[in-house]
Amino acid sequence: MKIQQQEGERHVLTITVDNEAGILAKIAGLFTARGYNIDSLTVADITENHQVSRITIVTHGPPAVIDQIRAQLDRLVPVHKVIDLTELGPHVERELALVKVSGKGEHRVEALRLADVFRARPVDTTTESFIFELTGAPDKIDSFIALMRELGLVEVGRTGIVGMTRGASGA
Amino acid sequence: MNTERSGADILVESLVRQGVEFVFGYPGGAVLPIYDALFGDARIRHILVRHEAGAAHAAEGYARSTGKPGVVLVTSGPGATNAVTGIADAFMDSIPLVIITGQVATGLIGSDAFQEADTIGITRHCTKHNYLVRDPGELAATIDEAFQIATQGRPGPVLIDIPKDVQVATAMLSDAAPQRRLRYQPQIEAGADEIARAVALIAKAKAPVLYTGGGVINSGPGASSLLRRLQALIGAPVTSTLMGLGAFPADHPEWLGMLGMHGTFEANMAMNRADLIVCIGARFDDRVTGRLDAFAPHSTKIHIDIDRASINKTVPVDLPIVGDCARVLGQLIDAWGERPAPDLTEWKARIQGWRARDSLAYPKTGAEIMPQLAIERLFALTRDRDPIISTEVGQHQMWAAQHFQFFAPNKWLTSGGLGTMGYGLPAAIGAQLGNPESLVIDIAGEASIQMNIQELGTASQYRLPVKVFIVNNEYMGMVRQWQELTYESRYSNSYSDSLPDFVKLAEAYGWKGIRIEREDQLDAAIEAMIAHDGPVIVDCLVAKQANCYPMIPSGAAHTEMILYGDAVAGTMDDEAKALV
Ligand SMILES: Cc1ncc(C[n+]2csc(CCOP(=O)(O)OP(=O)(O)O)c2C)c(N)n1
Ligand SMILES: [Mg+2]
Repeated sequence: MKIQQQEGERHVLTITVDNEAGILAKIAGLFTARGYNIDSLTVADITENHQVSRITIVTHGPPAVIDQIRAQLDRLVPVHKVIDLTELGPHVERELALVKVSGKGEHRVEALRLADVFRARPVDTTTESFIFELTGAPDKIDSFIALMRELGLVEVGRTGIVGMTRGASGA
Repeated sequence: MNTERSGADILVESLVRQGVEFVFGYPGGAVLPIYDALFGDARIRHILVRHEAGAAHAAEGYARSTGKPGVVLVTSGPGATNAVTGIADAFMDSIPLVIITGQVATGLIGSDAFQEADTIGITRHCTKHNYLVRDPGELAATIDEAFQIATQGRPGPVLIDIPKDVQVATAMLSDAAPQRRLRYQPQIEAGADEIARAVALIAKAKAPVLYTGGGVINSGPGASSLLRRLQALIGAPVTSTLMGLGAFPADHPEWLGMLGMHGTFEANMAMNRADLIVCIGARFDDRVTGRLDAFAPHSTKIHIDIDRASINKTVPVDLPIVGDCARVLGQLIDAWGERPAPDLTEWKARIQGWRARDSLAYPKTGAEIMPQLAIERLFALTRDRDPIISTEVGQHQMWAAQHFQFFAPNKWLTSGGLGTMGYGLPAAIGAQLGNPESLVIDIAGEASIQMNIQELGTASQYRLPVKVFIVNNEYMGMVRQWQELTYESRYSNSYSDSLPDFVKLAEAYGWKGIRIEREDQLDAAIEAMIAHDGPVIVDCLVAKQANCYPMIPSGAAHTEMILYGDAVAGTMDDEAKALV
């Protein structure tokens, strides 16, 4: 007998929650306990009084599993609402990355030139290195990192994505 | 009026305001301030159990038999961890509990202090919600919300962890009820369009089945009577999960018996051949569905459940209806109106054919008492007393579900989802406290009863006349049965060796003990058990290797039931072995 693995499509969920102790553990733990995938997770409070946080989770799974994830999240008491951006349609996804590259001579010039193409900003510079700050859709960041790999990539930090529906109204 | 009170006082006061009659608990360092606040307070009766697992199960039995939330009070660390099994059990079976745990003082949290455990972390995924209260000023509102969450929507356990310093520190307690947050508002009522679609589907069905579950019980006794009314209008036959027994009367001509792994032939065949399944407050558990791709393959499915996450979880349905069972049943009855009952003559005739198989009829082997007979006699002789039955877990539990008959909700207390051995005795104690006039019987196995045997002392202390009827087959019978069917009768560690003398054990605790060794003693012993005005253990020695059928082996379809008299292979392939 062999263990079967499940494939599925990528979904971006935003979850609005009461900003109470343990909420992140509760949500992350729900994913582990029920065998759902987390590709990325971001969280920060979004109201003036710090009482409500917005969590963005990128997950993947077959449609029935995605539906279950939404229902399971929705029944947690501190969860206000769960939005599936992928299902809602047109939306913006952005991520921020810090990318450290070291090198001299040609490599250094080329890194700087490519950074310009990608609108990555050097936020720290030494004679031997840069840290670039880059925002964009995840695949843009992927490509930038792939290019930097050839030019002396030292370290990468990524925030994971935040997302929002397009148009005038909120989700 | 506002008064300055300690956290412990605020807790007790809040429990009183919630109408709490009993607290099932066990003291320890981290709850001493609360125990002191309870001292001499006549408004709440504290029931001192012998182990914290007993407290949680007793609270479950109280809740399930009365419809009110059960309250548990235990200390930090081992007190909380001991209660976890009962909390997880309540979570799986949707039983409303409020569990108060003591915690080390806020300043000590995280320092590996004496009797510190991360109770919030440990119970995060087996509670409906949990709280760590850091300020006595938040206690009243927290307790109020905890009771709301435990009892509304799909019921479940809610835990409140209270550090010791928060119990001692003071805050203002107002006479007014705390301002409730609006964040928990489960959907109760179905949409009119959903109801209309459901009525249309029912009206045109040729072979419908009502498949009911514990949600009907949880929805209150009103739901059971509405179920009966809807059935009378539409004529469909009714089956139920283990958790839903009693919602529909077992002597009704349209009752099919329980479905699933140990369900009746007629219930499982009807599910398999149905063209419409109306699932009411059940959750398509694997013990019910058998092999998923062969489950009710020809049917349209309507699923009524208060928990949106239970819908489309394992079985995709055609018409999901989120709402409270009683409310939705009422809406369906109203919408059905004056329509005539559909003509189901042909369907009923097919069902009659399956009933004729008489799938619960068991062969008698030798001179020993058949366990099924013991349950049948227990039922026959207690029937007019309208008893409350709890069980442990194993064959005896399934035989009780099959051969004991239930006519009303809240009379059947069993651990379904978690399948917790050791549930029955404490649950019976809780039920007896909530129903002092009722005959309460724990139908037990000789192995399970030993898992919370210490609670005999609790019943003695509070003079509770609970009865424990041990179906003693000297085996962990259900394990032995699976080993017989799957592992060529290699009975690895399933023999109940070194059993205590249960009669002497009973006597040691001040109970009456009765042993039944022969069939001709059965009736008289059961009569003596009922007649005794105090707790009784009956040790009923039964056939040691009887099996519980019908049985859908794991990984099989409803149509592949093993029935009494069938030859069994004694082995299974790896795929089937890997299923629970
Ligand atoms: C706490 C716990 N441990 C293990 C099991 C697995 N299990 C299920 S039934 C059973 C045997 C029960 O034996 P007994 O109480 O004698 O009941 P019988 O099946 O013989 O009627 C066991 C070990 C369980 N359900 N619960
Ligand atoms: Mg046994």
